[in-house]
Amino acid sequence: MATQNTRALARLMLAPSVGLLLIWMIVPLAMTLYFSFQNYNLLNPTNVSFAGLFNYQYFYSDPAFFQSIWNTMLLVGGVLLITVVGGVALALLIDQPMWGQGIVRILVISPFFVMPPVAALVWKNMIMHPGYGVFADISRFLGLQPIDWFSQWPLFSIVIIVAWQWLPFATLILLTALQSLDGEQKEAAEMDGANFLNRFIYLTVPHLARSITVVILIQTIFLLGVYAEILVTTNGGPGYASTNLPFLIYRTALLGYDVGGASAGGIIAVILANIVAFFLMRAVGKNLDK
Amino acid sequence: MARAVSTRRTVFFTVAAWIVALIIFFPILYTIITSFKSETEAIQGFNIIPSGTFQSYIDVQTQKDYFKPFMNSVFLSVGSTFLALLISVPAAWSMAFSPTKRTKDILMWMLSTKMMPAVAVLMPIYLIFRDFGLLDSRIGLMFMLMMINLPIVIWMLYTYFREIPGEILEAARMDGASMWGEIWYVLTPMAVPGIASTMLLNIILAWNEAFWTLRLTTTDAAPLTAFIASFSSPQGLFWAKLSAASTLAIAPILIMGWFSQKQLVRGLTFGAVK
Repeated sequence: MATQNTRALARLMLAPSVGLLLIWMIVPLAMTLYFSFQNYNLLNPTNVSFAGLFNYQYFYSDPAFFQSIWNTMLLVGGVLLITVVGGVALALLIDQPMWGQGIVRILVISPFFVMPPVAALVWKNMIMHPGYGVFADISRFLGLQPIDWFSQWPLFSIVIIVAWQWLPFATLILLTALQSLDGEQKEAAEMDGANFLNRFIYLTVPHLARSITVVILIQTIFLLGVYAEILVTTNGGPGYASTNLPFLIYRTALLGYDVGGASAGGIIAVILANIVAFFLMRAVGKNLDK
Repeated sequence: MARAVSTRRTVFFTVAAWIVALIIFFPILYTIITSFKSETEAIQGFNIIPSGTFQSYIDVQTQKDYFKPFMNSVFLSVGSTFLALLISVPAAWSMAFSPTKRTKDILMWMLSTKMMPAVAVLMPIYLIFRDFGLLDSRIGLMFMLMMINLPIVIWMLYTYFREIPGEILEAARMDGASMWGEIWYVLTPMAVPGIASTMLLNIILAWNEAFWTLRLTTTDAAPLTAFIASFSSPQGLFWAKLSAASTLAIAPILIMGWFSQKQLVRGLTFGAVK
């Protein structure tokens, strides 16, 4: 069907996207890689010299580095745990027969559309504030001492906020997958005497497995980059208690003016993201063949 | 035929689901409620019935010039989405209708560019923007947002275009349609819904982007994400005003989001879940 002419045209149509993305991928990354081997501080921009592996060593020997890696893992892991378990439960619940299902869906999905600074500030000030927040009001109502969330549990507080933002995403995707489960299969299992637990383990979970994988991988990509939520709530503190890798790099880069150090951190972030990306690409690629 | 569902069961699930849904929605609801309170009311403990004042909305405009960041958000999200569509419609089109052996590899490669952590290229981008005088410029940021969403736009369009049957093209050709006629009269009407949903999702993503919009702007080009983030400073702790600004910032996108639930699943999973 395709003639020489249309094939040339097709290539021409593809060229701008490919060209832009190619530049986009190579130029900044090459610059980061180059800077990571240089002594380069914005406060002293004329004095740039080759640093070898010094920046990596420096980043590696910074105690904040391991804490930030650990915090990144806790943040990603914590949010994934809450959103996947909560998402399956919520999807199962919403999938049941009820009145006003459409509105329930809309209410549940809404947090996903709230921009990160709004989500974080609303939680920080109106929900978790130790003096005036709703949690404090509930504590006082129950006769308990209100918790100062962001100084006592800084990272956990951020996990809660981010989980609130991503729970809708997991729920929506798992619900979509659930609704594609064959109703007749369910009925057949029911008639054969399978109870709810058995149906869940042998029918629902295997059916959802693929979607859960997709949810985990996509969320991980985004969760590795959590930034604004930390900026407007704890600013990484107290100390480094809620500093994740992106936030540490930001601190090094734009607060410490250390281009070399921040770039070394950036390369480490790229390596981390690539490990996840590798699995995500395989999951998505498999689907493309169908 | 689905089996009959007992009313008792329905009532139980209705009550359970509504309670959970309202808890999840509560922070948004409470923000909207607080935006109609006065500043003193806002910190007087839990109260879901506001006095109904619009003062905070007026203050946000008169004291903080809300309209400027709002228009920046509109410009950036709509502008970057249109720019992305301009580049990606032809690309997705050509990959969907004239696929080659390499099409799959190209698509996977495009997706992989989305995996790059923003923070890893913060320094080079910042320096490039500084040297070209693009810091705090709307054009620079618009280009930035276009680039980060371009892979998603191409992927979404591709999954939509691929569902348009190729036979319809051949039929049109048999009937003597020229190539442009083919594109204009046959394909365009079938592609419009896919393009529209892609557009919607990407306006949402661009509107809520909160890394580059915070780092590459100071005042002139600052959109709502940066505007709201400025409320985090201690002297900015005015909850009714924060609520009013937040309500205005999320309302348009919330409504758009409600309409694009289905496309959201498809777009954000790159077609892996439909």
